Amino acid sequence: MIRFSHVHKRFARTGAALQDVTFQVNKGEFVFITGPSGAGKSTILKLCFFEEQPSTGEVKVYGTSSATFKPADIPRLRRRLGVVFQDFRLLEDRNVESNVAFALEVTGTAPSQIGPRVSRLLAQVGLAAKATALPRELSGGEQQRVAIARALANDPVALIADEPTGNLDERATRGIFQLFRDINANGTAVLMATHDLDLVRRAGCRTIEVNRGQIVFDSASDGGFRGPDTPDAAEDDE
Amino acid sequence: MRLAVREALLAFRRAPMLSALSVTTIAFSLFAFGLFGLVALNIRNALQTVEDRVEIRAFIADGTGSEATAAALGDIGAFPEAASVRLVSQTQALDRARRELGEFSDVFEEGILPASIELRLKPGFRDPETVKAVAKRIEVYDFIDDIRFGEEWVEKLHRLRNIATLAGLALGLTFAVVAIIIIGSTIRMAVMARSREIAVMRLVGATNGFVRAPFLIEGFLKGTLGGLLALVLAWIALTVINRFVVQATFFDPWMGAVGVLAGACIGLAGSALSVGRHLKRV
Ligand SMILES: Nc1ncnc2c1ncn2[C@@H]1O[C@H](COP(=O)(O)OP(=O)(O)OP(=O)(O)O)[C@@H](O)[C@H]1O
Ligand SMILES: [Mg+2]
Repeated sequence: MIRFSHVHKRFARTGAALQDVTFQVNKGEFVFITGPSGAGKSTILKLCFFEEQPSTGEVKVYGTSSATFKPADIPRLRRRLGVVFQDFRLLEDRNVESNVAFALEVTGTAPSQIGPRVSRLLAQVGLAAKATALPRELSGGEQQRVAIARALANDPVALIADEPTGNLDERATRGIFQLFRDINANGTAVLMATHDLDLVRRAGCRTIEVNRGQIVFDSASDGGFRGPDTPDAAEDDE
Repeated sequence: MRLAVREALLAFRRAPMLSALSVTTIAFSLFAFGLFGLVALNIRNALQTVEDRVEIRAFIADGTGSEATAAALGDIGAFPEAASVRLVSQTQALDRARRELGEFSDVFEEGILPASIELRLKPGFRDPETVKAVAKRIEVYDFIDDIRFGEEWVEKLHRLRNIATLAGLALGLTFAVVAIIIIGSTIRMAVMARSREIAVMRLVGATNGFVRAPFLIEGFLKGTLGGLLALVLAWIALTVINRFVVQATFFDPWMGAVGVLAGACIGLAGSALSVGRHLKRV
């Protein structure tokens, strides 16, 4: 469903951000991406929703390939993905309801379907009681739930989360993580970048570790941990 | 679509000064077009009347035989440009002169006015060049004393009309360019003001067309408003001219509609040219 093949990414000013990254995420999988700051986690996620394109190599997501896509393919792909960030990215002048409805409005959902759908999504993330609150009237954990509800609006096949708990305390983090597990249990794949090694350890999910733009460990490949000095460590990934 | 129109209307409230400025420049652009257009239109109308009356009058030398005159009449009548040709005898010329001059009719003595051949041209052959060419061809008959046609008049009006058209075009285009630039910067501000929204739209999979639509609609609306305003200004100008200078005609509804449409096009062009560039930076 998500497949990176020998992906290199260079930025004009900062140089190589990713080198020879190869991995695959299957339908319904839950995958953590970990690694130190600047390792390339966010870059990998941006490549997944085609915010960036690889310099060489291929990224293929749900049938859309970085080698052959047309501009019109990107919106189509993004409707099949949900994306959430550390900073929530809610629209401050709209209440909870309209923030979620916004994703449906701008993707051409019939107006009659939007209301019921928003209610269902808010119930799913546990915010039914705060539908008319403004984002600034919510806690960080609650704001992230709104963002998740918005990401789920178009029934994505995968949820891509870039440090979704980075701004949250221990309790809120556990709540959000549980929500991700529930979403995943319903069949949506989750690809989540995080610094929170405790969380990763406790969860026991597949983990890909990145360092200096290279995959240095992938719990799905048979070898276990390999040092950063063996660059092609991840190549025999499925 | 409903959403896009709502957003477009909201943009007017977000930047009322800039919006008003873009509408006014579009209006001025079209007003310049319109004013000179009106001048050109009225000159054209005047030309039409003058041209309708354009006649080539060839005066026949005294003592020319009637067969020669009749033959010439037949030849000239066969010109492809000729609508009608007739012979005005000395008596008829005198009658006409007396009629036209009324109380001074006594001054004319019989025989003082020469007979003439009068040629009317078909529409489309009444411009100065053709008239001159036809006159030349009549002049070759050696019994033609003198030949007259309203040359200076027709030429002057033609030149005036061309100048009015060119001046209107130059001024109008200048304003149009200014309007497009101002609309461009308005769009930039609007894009910046909505950058968060636009980012979210893209993230959740709104199409490019959907993201652009409100800006294009905004430009279209401003252009239409500008066009209407220009029409009102032109009408006021015409009323003033009618009152104080000379009776003139206004555009017919068709031309008015074309003017408003031109405004809409300027507005649309202004936003279309800049929206892509600014959206790229968000
Ligand atoms: N848009 C960009 N332009 C230039 N360089 C970039 C850009 N985005 C990322 N980089 C570079 O790519 C490298 C990896 O960045 P990335 O954001 O993927 O790291 P990260 O693993 O997400 O770090 P963090 O944990 O701090 O979020 C960094 O060296 C960064 O400078
Ligand atoms: Mg990051």
